[in-house]
Amino acid sequence: MQMNIILTGVGGQGTVLASKLLASAALAKGYEVMSAETIGMAQKGGSVFSNLRIGDGLYSPMIRKGTADLLLAFEPAEGVRMLPYLKPDGTVVVSAHPIMPVTAALAGTDYTGREMIEYLRREVRNLFVLDGFAAITEIGNPKVLNVVMLGAALASGALPFLSEDDLREAIRQRVKPAFVSINERALRYAAEHGFAKTAAERK
Amino acid sequence: MHKEYLMGNEAMGLGAMAAGVNLVSGYPGTPSTEVLETIARHNVDKRIHVEWSTNEKTGLETAAGAAMTGARALVTMKQVGLNVATDPLMSLAYLGVEGGLVVLVADDPGPISSQTEQDTRTFARYAKLPCFDPTGVAEAYEMIQEAFAFSERYHTPVLFRPTTRVDHGYASVTVKDKDEWEPHASKGFVRDTKRWVIFPKLSFRAHGAIEARNANLTKVLSEYPRNEVLRGGETVSRGVVSHGVSWTYLRESIREFETAGHADTPRLMRVATPFPFPEEKAAAFLEGLDEVLVIEELDPVIERELTYLCGKYHLAVRIRGKLTGDIAAAGENTRDSVYAAVAAFMGWQTEKPAEHPMPPTEVVRPPVLCAGCPHRASFYAVKQAMKGQKCLFAGDIGCYTLGNAMPLDMVDTCLCMGAGLGMAQGVGAMDPETKCFAFVGDSTFFAAAIPGAVNGVYNQADMTLVVLDNSTTAMTGHQPHPGTGHTMMGESVTPVSIEDTLHGIGVHTVRTVNPLDLPRAIETVRETAAQPGVKAIVFRWPCIALVKPLGLANIDPEKCRDCKRCIREIGCPGLVTEKGKVVIDAAQCTGCGLCGAVCPFDAITVTKAPHGGEPKGGHRSCR
Repeated sequence: MQMNIILTGVGGQGTVLASKLLASAALAKGYEVMSAETIGMAQKGGSVFSNLRIGDGLYSPMIRKGTADLLLAFEPAEGVRMLPYLKPDGTVVVSAHPIMPVTAALAGTDYTGREMIEYLRREVRNLFVLDGFAAITEIGNPKVLNVVMLGAALASGALPFLSEDDLREAIRQRVKPAFVSINERALRYAAEHGFAKTAAERK
Repeated sequence: MHKEYLMGNEAMGLGAMAAGVNLVSGYPGTPSTEVLETIARHNVDKRIHVEWSTNEKTGLETAAGAAMTGARALVTMKQVGLNVATDPLMSLAYLGVEGGLVVLVADDPGPISSQTEQDTRTFARYAKLPCFDPTGVAEAYEMIQEAFAFSERYHTPVLFRPTTRVDHGYASVTVKDKDEWEPHASKGFVRDTKRWVIFPKLSFRAHGAIEARNANLTKVLSEYPRNEVLRGGETVSRGVVSHGVSWTYLRESIREFETAGHADTPRLMRVATPFPFPEEKAAAFLEGLDEVLVIEELDPVIERELTYLCGKYHLAVRIRGKLTGDIAAAGENTRDSVYAAVAAFMGWQTEKPAEHPMPPTEVVRPPVLCAGCPHRASFYAVKQAMKGQKCLFAGDIGCYTLGNAMPLDMVDTCLCMGAGLGMAQGVGAMDPETKCFAFVGDSTFFAAAIPGAVNGVYNQADMTLVVLDNSTTAMTGHQPHPGTGHTMMGESVTPVSIEDTLHGIGVHTVRTVNPLDLPRAIETVRETAAQPGVKAIVFRWPCIALVKPLGLANIDPEKCRDCKRCIREIGCPGLVTEKGKVVIDAAQCTGCGLCGAVCPFDAITVTKAPHGGEPKGGHRSCR
């Protein structure tokens, strides 16, 4: 088994922790894991991504274009940016909630994220769109979007080697005790609320 | 032994501990920072002296002193930090060491978070120092231990140069238990003026000895197992050479092509010690080949060595790489670029990735100052105070380089740490009509700004030094520094005062102000900048990552007239637009109140949070 996962979002959205939780759960199941993080200047509101590889015989954590099994996008435009890394039958799980860059606010352009989701609907066969804003509003803390997205990836069926229990255990191990319960709720969110799998309408 | 899932920097830190390191110094810099932090975190019995030094030069000198006593020492820095430490390192190469000294310098191809794409392998040749170049996380753990042993054996400091993808990669590493760590101790300083005092006579002798040693090391390192040759097919006529992370990309690509049915794979060589170059190993590798592709990041170090060897050994091998345009001259290698380079060199077909049309819009995300960042308020105060006057705003290295972004647009120059002071003085000397400002952070003030300030006082410059004091080294992940009163040994100490330092060197006007109090901040800038000579403003408010949010801004829809002045003036990421209306992004806003201060209709007010401004407990949100 070898699985390539790309997590992407905007600096501050918690991709690094999400990637660590996935790695931790996979390691606990006895898999070999390698990962790589964006750390540095881009963490200040720039585009960030994590590469995560699970399986045997890995040389490096980096993923080649067209070979990612799962693209987990915390933000629509970031999902579109990393789309070239997805393999043809790969899965995209994306939060529809946009994060407007200062440049867009300044230019007065209304970037809504919807145009990006429409684009993904056209381009991706296995697309799962989650209303990230509804999720963080219901749970009451925007910081848990990363774990909501992990739950969504699980609910999409794109992480067949992991169970909800595996990820819950990883949360208990790696998240501060005071935040375990809210993250467990976040992990359950997608399974409880569901999302419609959207087939691509390719031309 | 046990297994741990580690970041490369953690692996190197733990590797140094397993090698019995006694003293660790350094200055924070992406991508190197976590090495020293890891050691400090695991140093529970405080047996290792761990310190963030004032700058890389001091760090290296401290490590050199420790190594003179027979202790094992590690100093960590990023590649541009090595420029600061170059003076002591060049001379230390001549003196040598008693205990092992590893100079860990993290290179940053891309560059991702740096000013330059300099290559420490090239520096190794210049400094005549052995250099170790790890390919990945698990190997780096082992290799740094070998580097300590090598340094001690040959009485020379050695360079250890991971790159960003090694530093910030994660993998499972088999690490030694604490009782398996090598014990090492200082023997105390032994006076020997013929050994430790550099003089022309010593330097001449040492130079000859170093050249002889390095010539010998090309043989020794040809036997070093990490300088590795994989033979490839029997009738092979092509070879590929690589190093660092690119070597892992190469191995992965070759395996992919093998899986796709290509049996005629090339001979491969990995260079683990770019200097001294494993000459015999490389000559044997070249033997019988027609053509060799060298896949390198940063400088064509290996490519030049191989080209030289072809001449020396009269080998008719065509060497290709960066110098022949086969590999990109600048930037980071990727899995894709290496895959494509191998395919082109071997004449192999590549998989065609799926083609996607252009996305509907381009969403550009340059890094920006965080919502609520006190630097935004400081820059804005200076901008307002100096409106209409011809000014130079010399920037510097740190979070506040991001003051360059629109709409603040408050960085006219940025060269290297501390350079703004000298540059402001040079511009002022040539262009006296211009009001010159130099901005530095608090950590940068101690690291690099003090000589520039002394220079200004002595040489009668007219300039304003602006110290943006957020009580931490923020960009690299919130390290303490001399002004914070905390050390990496966990002690609370008397902070070094920025104001007292400036007074002491003869800066008479030093004004300290909270930048979030905008009217007072603007007034302070006006008054200070009007003084003659060198004067200083200290803007003091902690980084948002250190303190709890002050509250949350609210926009009164009755009063807001959608003029968007707040967005246009300060460009805070906490201010967004929805259907043409300005909205506060509650997830980002910290209630700093700057938007309220610029709103002409008093439409924005802040609801204060109960514990706003109090320290957060050990939180680290960005690095």
